[in-house]
Amino acid sequence: MELWVYAEQRRGKLVSASLELLGLARGIADKARWALSSVLLGHNVEVLCKELIAHGADRVYLVEHPLLELYQCEPYSRILAKLASEAKPEAILFPHTAVGSDLAPRVAAKLRTGLSAHVVNIELDERRLLRQIVPGFGGSIMAVVLCPERRPQMATIMPGVARKPKPDWSRRGEVIRVEEEVSEEELRARTLELVEEPPEEKPLEEADIVVAGGWGLRSREGFRIVEELAEALSAAVGGTRPALDEGWIKPHQMIGHSGKTIRPKLYIAIGISGEMHHTVGILDSGVIVAVNNDPSAPIFEVCDYGVVGDAFEVIPRLTSMLRELRGAQLKQEP
Amino acid sequence: MVKQVPYELVVCIKQVPDPRFISRIRINPETKTIIREGVPAVINPLDKHALEEALRIREQHGGRVTVVSMGPLQAEDACKEALAMGADRAVLITDRRLAGSDTLATALALSKAIRRIGGFDLVLCGAETVDGSTGQVPPQLAEFLGVPHVTRVFSLALKGREAEAKAALEYGYRRVLLRLPAVVSVIREINEPRIPSVSGILRAHQIPVEKWTIEDIGLSEDEAGIKGSPTIVSDVYEIEVRRKREVFQGPPEEAARWLFERIVSVLGG
Repeated sequence: MELWVYAEQRRGKLVSASLELLGLARGIADKARWALSSVLLGHNVEVLCKELIAHGADRVYLVEHPLLELYQCEPYSRILAKLASEAKPEAILFPHTAVGSDLAPRVAAKLRTGLSAHVVNIELDERRLLRQIVPGFGGSIMAVVLCPERRPQMATIMPGVARKPKPDWSRRGEVIRVEEEVSEEELRARTLELVEEPPEEKPLEEADIVVAGGWGLRSREGFRIVEELAEALSAAVGGTRPALDEGWIKPHQMIGHSGKTIRPKLYIAIGISGEMHHTVGILDSGVIVAVNNDPSAPIFEVCDYGVVGDAFEVIPRLTSMLRELRGAQLKQEP
Repeated sequence: MVKQVPYELVVCIKQVPDPRFISRIRINPETKTIIREGVPAVINPLDKHALEEALRIREQHGGRVTVVSMGPLQAEDACKEALAMGADRAVLITDRRLAGSDTLATALALSKAIRRIGGFDLVLCGAETVDGSTGQVPPQLAEFLGVPHVTRVFSLALKGREAEAKAALEYGYRRVLLRLPAVVSVIREINEPRIPSVSGILRAHQIPVEKWTIEDIGLSEDEAGIKGSPTIVSDVYEIEVRRKREVFQGPPEEAARWLFERIVSVLGG
């Protein structure tokens, strides 16, 4: 029996969410005693098989064709559904990326099977069913989704919920090359190009410290106290939906239900009330610190250390203390 | 001059709890049912963007806009609002046997209703709803209709039997050439939905919302609701958080010092 992970590649590189997923899936596969397979579609991507195996795959199904170079929904979904109906995996996991969430539902519909989305945790129960934990109603409520009868069980998993495993380049695995014909006529929704500009700074989900701001900062100018504290801590900057709507942050900096799920060692929330649609994205953080002037703000229910007070009074003082400390540490170094 | 092509446009809308009050939603721990008391129902925000896009296409190229919804009888309010915004026709699939439908069963029911409406060139949906927020219905609907789809569209230009779409990626976008008929799901950057005008509201009163049962759309009982849904929700719970919850209240200097000490100790001195 097999567990499958969809290996998403863009421009011949595996997206990190797929590698994270292999780590998560490895644990499930070991517990269930299933083999872990990865399915890779693209053009001239054979070199990636080794990377998938190093990250935990026992087997890679490789489908290459010039027309599969870019993500093309129709042949991708057709081929995945065809492979799945032949190999009959117990489950298929996709990263919940823009592409994964476009592709997986179509595959599930072809296979007439169940699919859950935005999964934040997944575990195996005693019947070897996948318990898929899914936030609903903006994250205030969690639901456990099961697919008891039909197979495969399918889910799209939020990026950031699992850690990328350390690659073991000595691991061995099997590559199964599958030949598939693809025609131009099949590309009824044809991806012409990807226009991508990955940000230069370290991605939020990889930062050890994240400082984030919300509506309480009142203006772009006010938001600077977040950036200054982040700089003093060498931290990444994030924010809430209102901060994004106001243009204080960019879309890739938004934390929460429709944004990123992060798990830094230290998370500092400034002027964030702490509605569940935000906090669902930070629940696995090591230590949560909050500063808010409203003592009844829900953020104080989910934090380790909270300060009730005016962020504009507290944060700049904190920032300068941290700068002094850093200055002192730098002096000590030879 | 470019010849104008009239389009048959279908917009899928869903009535959902007003996102501004969504944190008021609670779970009854015994019955595991969702308590929505005091939470008003509205058209799912992204669905309004889908409707707006359809109305703009109609204004530019000519055509007809039909909204389709599935839900309890109260969802007629959402259909009425869509008519007030300018839709020409509204269909509500409403049948107790549809209760408990997951995305697969919902997409199948919607596809059958859309087939009954007649031919279509473009089906527009919101990319996600605020309640379930799976975003799965548009691709699954496309599969059941046998047409291509693209999700998370923020720019759409129709030219004859083709459309060029820009679909959001994490850091950028994908440029997609679609052959019609097709299903498109939209995100909020695509447009700014209009507010219904007084004449629109008056006009909406003249147009009845058509109500269809599963027999009307040719859906069998085995395909509807819980029976037609491969997934089940086995449990629901509110998130419980175990944290230290030490809260300091005092003058800013002391608060900053208190935080400084804790942060330094977390970071290992």
